[in-house]
Parts: sequence; C-alpha cells; structure tokens
Amino acid sequence: MAGRTLYDKIYDAHLVASPEGESALIYIDLHLVHEVTSPQAFDGLRLHSRRVRRPDRTLATADHNVPTDPLDVPVADPISRRQLEALDENCAEFGITLFPRGHENQGIVHVIGPELGVSQPGMTIVCGDSHTSTHGAFGALAFGIGTSEVEHVLATQTLPQSRAKTMAVTVEGPVPEGVEAKDIVLAIVGRLGTGGGAGYVIEYRGSAIESLSMEGRMTVCNMSIEAGARAGLVAPDDTTFAYLKGRPGVPSGEEFERLVETWRALRSDPDAPFDHEILLDARDLVPHMTWGTNPAQVAPVHGVVPSPEDFADPAERGSVARALEYMDLSPGTALRDVSVDVVFIGSCTNSRIEDLRTAASVAARGRVAPGVRALVVPGSHRVKRQAEAEGLDAVFRDAGFEWREPGCSMCLGMNPDQLTPGQRSASTSNRNFEGRQGRGGRTHLVSPAVAAATALAGHFATPSDVGGRP
Amino acid sequence: MKAVHIVEGRGVPLGRSDVDTDQIIPSEWLKRVERTGFGRGLFSEWRDDPQFVLNQPEYQGATILVAGPRFGTGSSREHAVWALMDYGFAAVVAPSFGDIFRNNSSKQGLVTVQLDLEDVNQLESYLTADPSLVLVVDVEREVLEVPAHGWTRAFHLDSAIRERLLNGWDDIGLTMRHVEEIDTFERTRAHFTLEGLFDEAGHVRG
Ligand code: SF4
Repeated sequence: MAGRTLYDKIYDAHLVASPEGESALIYIDLHLVHEVTSPQAFDGLRLHSRRVRRPDRTLATADHNVPTDPLDVPVADPISRRQLEALDENCAEFGITLFPRGHENQGIVHVIGPELGVSQPGMTIVCGDSHTSTHGAFGALAFGIGTSEVEHVLATQTLPQSRAKTMAVTVEGPVPEGVEAKDIVLAIVGRLGTGGGAGYVIEYRGSAIESLSMEGRMTVCNMSIEAGARAGLVAPDDTTFAYLKGRPGVPSGEEFERLVETWRALRSDPDAPFDHEILLDARDLVPHMTWGTNPAQVAPVHGVVPSPEDFADPAERGSVARALEYMDLSPGTALRDVSVDVVFIGSCTNSRIEDLRTAASVAARGRVAPGVRALVVPGSHRVKRQAEAEGLDAVFRDAGFEWREPGCSMCLGMNPDQLTPGQRSASTSNRNFEGRQGRGGRTHLVSPAVAAATALAGHFATPSDVGGRP
Repeated sequence: MKAVHIVEGRGVPLGRSDVDTDQIIPSEWLKRVERTGFGRGLFSEWRDDPQFVLNQPEYQGATILVAGPRFGTGSSREHAVWALMDYGFAAVVAPSFGDIFRNNSSKQGLVTVQLDLEDVNQLESYLTADPSLVLVVDVEREVLEVPAHGWTRAFHLDSAIRERLLNGWDDIGLTMRHVEEIDTFERTRAHFTLEGLFDEAGHVRG
C-alpha cells in the first residue's frame, strides 16, 4: 500500500462517519469564532432550539470591526457596535469564552490561536474566515468555512467534508538575504494563479520552508487561500515544538514530551503520492509585490509594471488591462517609481512580533516620507505588549509611524481605517482586490520590510534602497 | 433549505473573470447581523455605473448569472451567496468557482454550474444578442439547456451537493442522525479541551 500524505493522516484520524450517499463527516477539534460570520449562525441555533455542543472547543474574539483607536474611544459606527454586542451576547448565552475589544488576549483570530498555544499539530481547526489556513503552519488541518458551516460546527462539532486533492509545493535551497516568508508565498501564488490551488490542500516542504520560523510558516500558510487552496500545511518539527513549549494551551512536563512523540508521526510518508507537485528554487527568490487587483499579479519590487501584451491568453490580457486601469499604472513603469499615500503594517499575514521587529529595524533608519500615512497595527494585545517591552513602539513613533490598537484594521476596512478613493497603499495584508481596503483604494501587497522601506522612501522600495539615518 | 430541481429563467452575462467575494458583497455590508437584505449590496461598487449590465432594463428579473473563470474566490463570507439570492439569482454559471463559495452556495440552494470556458463564452454571446433568452438548469439531469438554440451542455455536481439540492436537506439535521458516532468519537479519540485554561473573565489561569 502506498504511503499517506500528512493531509490524509489528519483527515483519516478525524473521520466520524462515512454514510452512503452523503458527505463524510469529520470531527472538528477547535472552532474559532469572530463577530462577522457568526451572528446568523447563532440565530440559526436559537431558531431550532439547538445548543453549542462543545463550548470548550470554541473560542471567540472580536477583530474585524474593532477600531484601532485608543481603547477609551467608543466604537463610533452603530452597525459595527451592534455586531460586536451581538458577539458578546451570543458568547454569554452559549457559554463560549470571548476576548472582546481591549481584553488582554484579544486580537486577530489567526494570531491569537497560535500564540495561546491552542492551535496544535494534528488538529482540525475551522473558523468562519478563509485565512484559517494560517494554522496549517503547525501541521493542523485548518480551513475557512461559511456561516452555515459555522452553525453546523457549533451544533455538532463536525462538518461534512469530502477528501481534498493534495499538492506538494517544495521550496528548496537557501533563502537569500532580504527575502522574507511573504516573498516566498507571493512567488508561489504568482506561479499557481488564484485558481491553481482550487480543490487542493497544499503541503509546503523543502529546506527553505523548514528553515522558516513558525511565524514565517504562518505567513506562507495564511496565503494558501490566495491560490484558491482550501488549506496549507507544514509538517511539524523541532521548530514547531519549541514554539509551542510553554504556551498557555500546551500541556507541560511529561505530557508535553508524550505529545511531541505523537506529533513527530505527523508527516507525509516518503512514498506518499500527491495529486500535483511543484518545485521552486529558493535561490531565485527576490522581494515581491503585487501590481494588480488579485494576489497572483505579482512582480519583483525592482521590476516593472507588465503589459497586457506579455500575456498569451486573451482573457488574461483583458483582466490585466482592467487591473492596470483600476490601479492607474502604465506598462513598463518601474515599480520603484510608483509613490504611495498609505503604508499598512498589520493583518493576520504579517502582524506578529517578528514582522514588527523586521519593520522596526528598517523604520529606525529614517523618517516616514512627507505626505505618507504609515500605520502599524499589531495582530493582538500580546504582540502589542511584547513589542512595547522591546521598545519597538518608540522606534515606529520616532520614525513617524502611527502605533495603533490590535485588529484586522485596514486589511479589509470594516473599521474606520480605510483608503479613500484613488489612494495607493503598500500593505502587508493578503488581498489586493478592488476596494478591499476602502472604496476606490489601490492596494499593493508587500512584506513588512518592503512596507517599512516604502514608508521611508515614499515610493516602493526594498530595505537595500533606503540607507541609514544621516 | 428548499429543494431545487430546475432553475428556469433569463440570464445575465457579467462579462468578467476573477469576481471575488469582495466584489460580490463589499465588506461594509458584512456588519449586518441579519441574513436578509443583502441584495442591495450585490456588486454595489459596480452598480453605481449606469453602464453596468445589472442596470440594463432588459436584464431585470433575470435569475441566472453567467460569469468568467474563478467566480467567488477569496473571502469565506456566505453573505456573497445571500446577496446573489436576495437579489433574485438562483444559479450561477462559470468556468470555475472558489471552493468555499461553491460550498456555501450548496447550503443555501444556489446552483453553481461549471462549464468549459468556450461554452460559457458561447452562452454569454447568446445572452448579449438576446436578453430575453430563457435558460434551463436541470439539477437532476445535470444539464444546462438553451431551448431556443437547441443548445445543451452537461455539467457535473459533486454528488453530495446534488443530493443536498434535490432533497433540500438541512445538513445539521442529517448530521444529528450520527450523534452516537460523534459521542463515540469524542469518548475514544478526541481529547483536546479548553476547559480550565481560562477563568470566567477569559484570563489565562495560574
Ligand atoms: S486580518 Fe484580514 S485577512 Fe486576516 S482575518 Fe482579519 S480581515 Fe481576514
């Protein structure tokens, strides 16, 4: 019998039932909840007099709507406030632990699970949010679901789920200096296209992936959905175990050692067949950014805006032309000549402590360029406290960046942090869709280092383009 | 959910590819705690443009949306499905769909019909030439027909999705029939719990 992939092992271990003519039912170990995709699900429970089956496997946080203003500023938007209150009420009624705005554990849902140590290898993790793929960095099968499925998991702790196809994305070789996890995943999404991963669960492997920190692996897995994949996975290893050790949700002592032994078995067998495989050479990687309106429209920061003529497929040419029109860019322009109005450092892709350290090390070299607004939004209160303990907030403030309270913020602009029509941003988030960061806004996705360098330069730049403080 | 056997109605050629869920329903609409009323937010950024196809009088009342590749990628927001259905669509035809969108659609009874790119292009040109054209999506037989042109194409639905549509199943109700298997699974194989980790106020204990 052929070996099994990591995905198959986790899927098989969670199979509850495979009834004839229906989808197989898998068990969900951890359900993360936030205010946007849950109110209608809780309403559904009430309507059918159903309870939450396992409140002790459910954890909620407020993130999408919360303002990033100081905590004593009330939530101005009444509809946002209503949604946050609904989460408070629902969690109280159904007995679910909730971290509301300002709570010491509050933060973006995909930042808090890992930092609390409740996202663990071998688990199945779901959340009504497509970037749940982030938790795959731990070797957990983690994926986003819609509100009907949120209700389903609340009521049954299971989900009908057919087996996905598997794809191995192997990145081999040493990662060049100045290239970050974000650049790796932008290159992967550029290679696969936004639909290339549809129907697949991706396993990232190879020496370049193994060399990444847990936070880097989270950045990579986070954007699996940008290639259309359901989930991304990295097999757990010593880096994973070292990260987990001592976190609140992780057992200690002998029990931890026992868990580590079981976690070590969570890897694809050497002869496991994948439905599709791609290989990237890490040595070819350079800092990347997006130029268009989907995350697969990427180019090197030191490259130029492409022309529709560069694309063979006529439909592709049309969508490139449309994207360039929306982005107000002309073919052949050096991306380094494109100036920005706003720089956003944050989101579940890049708002963890290492991201902030990297950005701060670049920010320390100068000041935010005149006319540029630069925001730093830590992913959680834990990240914020850690950064403040390290003095990063002072570095950012001294350089002219705003240091804000945690939340999703300008990643999707449900709170007041939004682009105004025509504004251009360099953003460390994950989606550059039309209007994503505010109606008419133009988003370019970049790494934290490129974001910070761009803030100083006033146009797209890598750290190597911005010198030291004069 | 109501059972769906056949969707018969006029179609709208959207003429765009990569329509992500942020375009279908922008995030400002996601603040609502209700499940209804999202139709007004459907494609709201595009609807300001008088030339936009949904603003053309001849396409009013159409129930089948025809779009380019990768429809419904991006965010997991089921609001996208609610918006399409609230507006009046009962089926979407495209060469490919975002996984989560397709799944969400099946929970609400919105039929997603996947056809080859050339067939979708053909359909779009039929609809551009004649907005009054009637299309028939037959879920049971898995075919899409344009009777006026004698044009028929087969499509494939995931068997679980097809059964769900045809029977109007409530998934939770179906799953509840397996409650003993879930109980057994929890007793024997699932040991994770958050119990004891946080105090009443959500602070980490100890
Ligand atoms: S930071 Fe952005 S992508 Fe991440 S959960 Fe929040 S809104 Fe979604």
